[in-house]
Amino acid sequence: MSYKQFVLVCGGTGCESGHSGQLVDNLRKEIEAAGLSKTVQVVRTGCLGFCEKGPIVKVLPEETFYVTVKPEDARELVREHLVKGRPVTRLLYDRRQSRAYIGLDNIDFYQNQFRIVLRNCGIIDPDKIDEYIARDGYRALEKVLFEMSPDDVIRELEKSGLRGRGGAGFPTFRKWQFTKLVEADQKYVICNADEGDPGAYMDRSTLEGDPHSVLEAMIIAGKTVGSNQGYIYIRAEYPLAITRLETAIAQARAYGLLGRNILGSGFSFDIELRLGAGAFVCGEETALLASVEGKRGTPSPRPPFPAVRGLWGKPTVINNVETYANIPVILLKGGEWFGKIGTATSKGTKVFALTGKINNSGLIEVPMGTTLRQIIFDIGGGIRGGRTFKAAQTGGPSGGVIPPEFLDTPIDYENLGKIGSIMGSGGLIVMDDTDCIVDVAKFYLDFTVDESCGKCAPCRIGGRTLFNYLDKISSGKGTLEDIERMKDVCQAMQRASLCGLGQTAPNPILSTLRYFLDEYKEHIEQRKCRAVKCKKLLRYSIDPVKCVGCTACARVCPVKAISGERKKTHVIDAATCIQCGQCFEVCKFRAVQKA
Amino acid sequence: MSKLTLEALRKLRDAKRKEMNQRDTSAKEIHIVVGMGTCGIAAGAKETLNALVDAVSAQKLGNVLVRQTGCMGLCHSEPTVEVAVPGMPRVIYGRVKAEQAAAIVEQHVVGKHLLDSHILDRPAVDVMR
Repeated sequence: MSYKQFVLVCGGTGCESGHSGQLVDNLRKEIEAAGLSKTVQVVRTGCLGFCEKGPIVKVLPEETFYVTVKPEDARELVREHLVKGRPVTRLLYDRRQSRAYIGLDNIDFYQNQFRIVLRNCGIIDPDKIDEYIARDGYRALEKVLFEMSPDDVIRELEKSGLRGRGGAGFPTFRKWQFTKLVEADQKYVICNADEGDPGAYMDRSTLEGDPHSVLEAMIIAGKTVGSNQGYIYIRAEYPLAITRLETAIAQARAYGLLGRNILGSGFSFDIELRLGAGAFVCGEETALLASVEGKRGTPSPRPPFPAVRGLWGKPTVINNVETYANIPVILLKGGEWFGKIGTATSKGTKVFALTGKINNSGLIEVPMGTTLRQIIFDIGGGIRGGRTFKAAQTGGPSGGVIPPEFLDTPIDYENLGKIGSIMGSGGLIVMDDTDCIVDVAKFYLDFTVDESCGKCAPCRIGGRTLFNYLDKISSGKGTLEDIERMKDVCQAMQRASLCGLGQTAPNPILSTLRYFLDEYKEHIEQRKCRAVKCKKLLRYSIDPVKCVGCTACARVCPVKAISGERKKTHVIDAATCIQCGQCFEVCKFRAVQKA
Repeated sequence: MSKLTLEALRKLRDAKRKEMNQRDTSAKEIHIVVGMGTCGIAAGAKETLNALVDAVSAQKLGNVLVRQTGCMGLCHSEPTVEVAVPGMPRVIYGRVKAEQAAAIVEQHVVGKHLLDSHILDRPAVDVMR
């Protein structure tokens, strides 16, 4: 028994609330009535990720995509599409609606994502170089070695508008141009795979799923700028990515795609790995260079920039994993093709690690210009547990928060800068009303204080000072004056820190103060944490209605703050209570409340 | 493996591309692909892979290839498994623990019908096609 067609009905939470369950039942009834139950299967799926336009119905193998389908539409769908073979046009997804950021005509799709960097991830076996080659792998390298000049390559990159994806967004063609122009006996190509932002794993997945895309791009960079040696600086915390890279490099060498006289072109290039050792600051390019040179990872002043004087004083191209992964496609399909995607200032796509209080967390790649609303509510499936969206955090410890009023901002480098955040490497953390904004700022400062190399006073001392203020505020001991003092320190750090770590460490504070000043004031003036997060501000109490007097809480309290007789309501003495939360954990009747 | 010339690389690419395309159209081979990025492995993809291999040999299916791939990006529903049976559409199943592996082989591969509740959509069109 073989079905000829499959009707997929989205069973995700969003579509469920649109009665997709009823839709499934109706479809099955109609199919039975039409005598098609042996040739058409109706299937309930997981979330198909188009939640704002649900319920979604997809018909295979023809790949017809229907949106906002109601249970009543079942009959028409079956009779018109399945029986007569005529798709129901009024329910079809109108592709023109949200494809504004892709000006490519012959791409026909409905998904919100457009995967260039992740083109092979999830499709090929990363341990098999042949599979990479089959999907046009190393074809861009052929062009660069035999058909294009270095100037041609730079021209295509310029047309593409590709900007560095590590966070700074510097035009890639210009960086390669600087290095190409310097006369030197030795040049280097480096891939920054340190990826230190908490919650960011775009580069890890790219290296685990498609390592050759980076290798190919580095060889191309070498040919363009005049280098024959590349290094991939990868953090030691990525053991699987390291193994996959080692396998890929070995296979490329075996095929002669790395090493001497590649493909008989006369050009030689090889790549080695260098592992990090747990320092976030080594993602900063000058600290990275120090680390590769065997020194302690501390940054140096720029200029001179690595493109001119880098590794061991030689001209060095340093680019992020994601920047490299774009290169082969740009050279195969042309810079103009790439330039049709995205906004006026930010071309191409961006990979985001969508995490936090979101239903469909994962790795997404969207054209620049996609809005935060599309990312969170369509692709992401909305906030978990139906809670309220509070803010999205981008750029990691160097970034800021984006409140609900900017949900419809098209995401690109300039727009994010205007609202006080940065694109960063791609971490996108979604927060709801149970996240405390002071706690978030404190978390990031804790991180940057821990990771500060200590070389310059503004960061070494300023960071700790900021953290102390935040700790004060979250413990209920803050004053309004503290906020003004914090702003002073933030300014000093931004102006005087030696590297990006210190310069951007104040961003989470400045951004949260800008949009959530009320919440800070609440912590200070009312000693209250509305998200019920800041431990020292929590007040534990026992609900007399629910308490049965089992004494479980009194027995675990480390400071004997709870009194009460067996089978009688217990009471917590607020003055003695140290807010450890043990009573809350132990109460089986949910009588202990925290607020 | 020996060092490739330009000619040889192009021949290899064409041959491999044909082979991979045939898998989609006329293929006799059934492909079951398991996502083995760190997220997948953390969610139990290795156990899922083993369970699939066991189920395939228990059913004595000779033409089934169980393969691995990187992260599909559907991290919220790991482990993910893509099933390509000739004559049926390719689908991606999410949240496939070892227990569901046997069901996939029995119902989808042998029984030729899709399983309820676990199917997810491929997140984007294939740019390389």
